[in-house]
Amino acid sequence: MTTMAADDAMRTRLPKLLPVLIAFALLAAFPAFGSTFYVDLVGKIMIYSIFAMSLELLVGQTGLVSFGHAAFFGIGAYAVAMVTAKVDAASLWLVVVVAVLASAAYALVVGALSLRTKGVYFIMITLAFAQMAFFVFHDTSFGGGSDGIYLYYKPALTLGSLVLVDFDKGRAMYFGTLACLVATFAFLAVLLRSRYGRALAGIKANEQRMRAAGFATYPYKLGAFVLGAMIASLAGVLFAMKDGVVNPELLVWNQSGAVLLMIILGGLGHLRGAMLGALMFTVLQEVYQSEALFGSFSKHWQLMLGLTIIAFVATMPRGLIGLFGKRAKKEAP
Amino acid sequence: MSDILLVATGVSRHFGGLKAVDDVSVTLTRGELHAVIGTNGAGKSTLVNVLSGEIPITTGAITLLGHDATRWTQPRRSRAGLGRSYQRNTIFPQFTVFENCRLTAQARWPKVWDWWTPTSRCADSREAALRAIERAGLMPVVQRLAGTLSHGQKRQLEIAMCLATDPQVLLLDEPLAGMGAEETERMLALLGELKDGHAVLLIEHDMDAVFRVADRITVMVNGRVIASDTPAAVRASPAVQLAYLGDEFVA
Repeated sequence: MTTMAADDAMRTRLPKLLPVLIAFALLAAFPAFGSTFYVDLVGKIMIYSIFAMSLELLVGQTGLVSFGHAAFFGIGAYAVAMVTAKVDAASLWLVVVVAVLASAAYALVVGALSLRTKGVYFIMITLAFAQMAFFVFHDTSFGGGSDGIYLYYKPALTLGSLVLVDFDKGRAMYFGTLACLVATFAFLAVLLRSRYGRALAGIKANEQRMRAAGFATYPYKLGAFVLGAMIASLAGVLFAMKDGVVNPELLVWNQSGAVLLMIILGGLGHLRGAMLGALMFTVLQEVYQSEALFGSFSKHWQLMLGLTIIAFVATMPRGLIGLFGKRAKKEAP
Repeated sequence: MSDILLVATGVSRHFGGLKAVDDVSVTLTRGELHAVIGTNGAGKSTLVNVLSGEIPITTGAITLLGHDATRWTQPRRSRAGLGRSYQRNTIFPQFTVFENCRLTAQARWPKVWDWWTPTSRCADSREAALRAIERAGLMPVVQRLAGTLSHGQKRQLEIAMCLATDPQVLLLDEPLAGMGAEETERMLALLGELKDGHAVLLIEHDMDAVFRVADRITVMVNGRVIASDTPAAVRASPAVQLAYLGDEFVA
């Protein structure tokens, strides 16, 4: 059956991958001619792309509509502030390990409980847990209260006492973010083509049938939930490093809603859709917030953003990715 | 190994006060097709759901391939060798016939933690899927999207997906439902072949079909078994005639 395997490979790899590779190459070249403002904006879009892909794993690939994904983003961001001392830059390794383990632990608890429910109950329980995390940071002095914590030093990538990358210098932050984006995309793309990823697709389509075939679906879903949380925390780490400040707003439910809108806007079921959605959402937000374009009306940017999103969803039910025609057809197991 | 693959003893399933399945015992033997008939609401589908582990048992015991499987979850029973098909289609319409079967076959892939190998490189599940498709007679449409198949082909795919998991016991819930005459003939031929190597429990409404293919027939009324015997003996049983088959059948 070599022809069949070859068909599979042909159909799933090249045409889909090419635009993504071109996009990554353009991103790598961008700082050479973009101004600092735009490099910073693109950096933010890349972080949101990672965040959106981590939620896409849950919503688009496994069919778990989590409305509390910002909790894990926020935990990652706070991990940076907690680990960073007042006097010196922390090791990035330590920051990432703390962020990923903390969000994984919280996701294990939230997932273990919420995955016993389905549909709207799952949505509500994930939201409730995320709001719990929000209030812990907001109402206690544990994370600096509602003001949050400023970072005086960004964590540095170190090897022993040797500093490999100082993220305060030059475009290190930008390229570090790009490296994380490429790694996240590659990791998820490989994962989704594996037996595990195909099992998630099967669970999304018909969980009962998967159980009848012999898949114990609960640990599969829990695994996806924890993995999505870990990747979201990585995006949170990057966000805190980029902005140099963390505050409870990172975990608030609007943030969970925004990332959900990103993946819906881009087109559920595709990693590329998640990235497109993050791009579109952030650009729209920037445009509507611009006083140069909208004058004093720009303070009503949320109204304009909301209307635009409604228009998008109404006219493009398959998301932005649907504009690219048949190629965006649902991926098979 | 003994050829008795599944033994259900005194199985009951109550929903509140309703005894959907009440003290039912069945034995499934390799090479034998055991049909369960009964009117709507007699408890046939509930019986399959209890045997497959989809809903919990109230009382009774289930022995699967010599193991006490009464408390086993559905996925565990499935991996042990119990396959089932559904009365309504449970195929994945947006995947091809091949991908549907490969997906279920992968329940058996031993390397659960291997997250990097593409499924297309798993030779075992590909072969299991193709064997099942061949056996179910779907080779001509192997690369078609499942959602575009005819109703009869979808029913065949339902069984192929079950076969791809390499089961020893097959619980088939109305595989003939809604089929035309020609499709029914093809499915009956398949059912006859499936006996070879499997123990088959068949739930079916089509009486002519049941009496043609079954080796043993159990008749259920209101959750209870009123007869369980060879087709000839069931046909001759006055109790069955009275309760279920009706006058026109006797004539």
